[in-house]
Amino acid sequence: MEKLVIIGSGPAGLTAGIYAARANLSPVVIEGDTPGGQLLWTTEVENFPGFETGVLGPELMQKMQKQATRFGSKLIGESVISVDFSQKPFKITTNKQTFEAESVIIASGARSRMLGLPKDKEYLGKGLHTCATCDGAFYRGKIVAVIGGGDSAMEDANFLSKFAEKVIIIHRRDALSASQIMQARAKNNPKIEFAYTSEVIEYSGSNGRIGELKLLNSQTKETSILKVDGIFMAIGHIPNTEPFVGQIKLGKNGYIEPINWVYTDVPGIFVAGDVADWRYRQAVTAAGFGCMAALEVEKYLAGKE
Amino acid sequence: MDLTDKNFESEVLKSDQPVLVDFFAEWCGPCKMQAPIIEELEQEFAGKAKVLSLDVDANQQTASEFQVMSIPTLIFFKNGKAVERVMGLQRKDALVDKLNSLL
Repeated sequence: MEKLVIIGSGPAGLTAGIYAARANLSPVVIEGDTPGGQLLWTTEVENFPGFETGVLGPELMQKMQKQATRFGSKLIGESVISVDFSQKPFKITTNKQTFEAESVIIASGARSRMLGLPKDKEYLGKGLHTCATCDGAFYRGKIVAVIGGGDSAMEDANFLSKFAEKVIIIHRRDALSASQIMQARAKNNPKIEFAYTSEVIEYSGSNGRIGELKLLNSQTKETSILKVDGIFMAIGHIPNTEPFVGQIKLGKNGYIEPINWVYTDVPGIFVAGDVADWRYRQAVTAAGFGCMAALEVEKYLAGKE
Repeated sequence: MDLTDKNFESEVLKSDQPVLVDFFAEWCGPCKMQAPIIEELEQEFAGKAKVLSLDVDANQQTASEFQVMSIPTLIFFKNGKAVERVMGLQRKDALVDKLNSLL
């Protein structure tokens, strides 16, 4: 049986791994589908303290992986399918095996929200994208749409304008929710246009690639067709809590609402990072969150003995 | 070994062994995490299957021929045909399983 299983391998999970390993808990870190987490989809991270000239997101995560393994964390390249927290030891089942653990830190993070249209899956990576910094460069001289009205939509649109001929920001409300500085940057960019009170209700295309969007204007109730080569999602995130439904208490929008910082309603199950944080969602806050969870696990296990 | 538009046919399409091609670019973050996994596979499958990388910026002809619009994209080839493709960063165990199934 393991003393501690950590579910997730982003900044929260790996920081928890570093602290728990240094406390001789030999934690098992189940990495999930994207070892390293959401920072893999970024390029330069310029706000992580200690990297005065910035660091590439994937490089930062490689460093954290090495740091965690150096102290004895065991990184497992599998994904959690289901858990049983109803009795002890807790059971965590991956696509390959079942772990038993005295304690668990859930640090499974969040992922990009999709529109929920029937063809989401069919077009993913074929005109439909969730990562502008990954796939933007394929749209040199093309026309792309960005869905969303927040800071990440503005950031994606500005980034895409380096490659694309035209970027159309499609937002369902009549005003943007992005910060003033990000709005100004997008509005002053001659390549960026805006379609307000508009919702994408259908994708279509030829040769398996997106070519057109059907838009519904919520004010005029009229539909229109917009020709695009690609579409990028920037409409927020969904917490990765599916395996935990019915096992611990979930809050608003499926996020885990931590009790007393890092506890859940099940003693021995702790939480850290974006899976419990819809507000800050930063690498550095996730790392701090992971540290706090590991310190509480240490106390919890010491108290049991 | 690095693939190019020029040697793609001889190294991949005319290969006797199954081939895994990692389509990547220098500017792509997830590709940087994929690269060490690809290197490990290259060594572990040496003599049984080929594991190669193709820079999509330097080899746009091949990238567009296979309609690669999202990277990393990994395509498995057998007998000169693309038999499966996966997009986004892939874990090692999934790639090992897939390669073994093609041997």
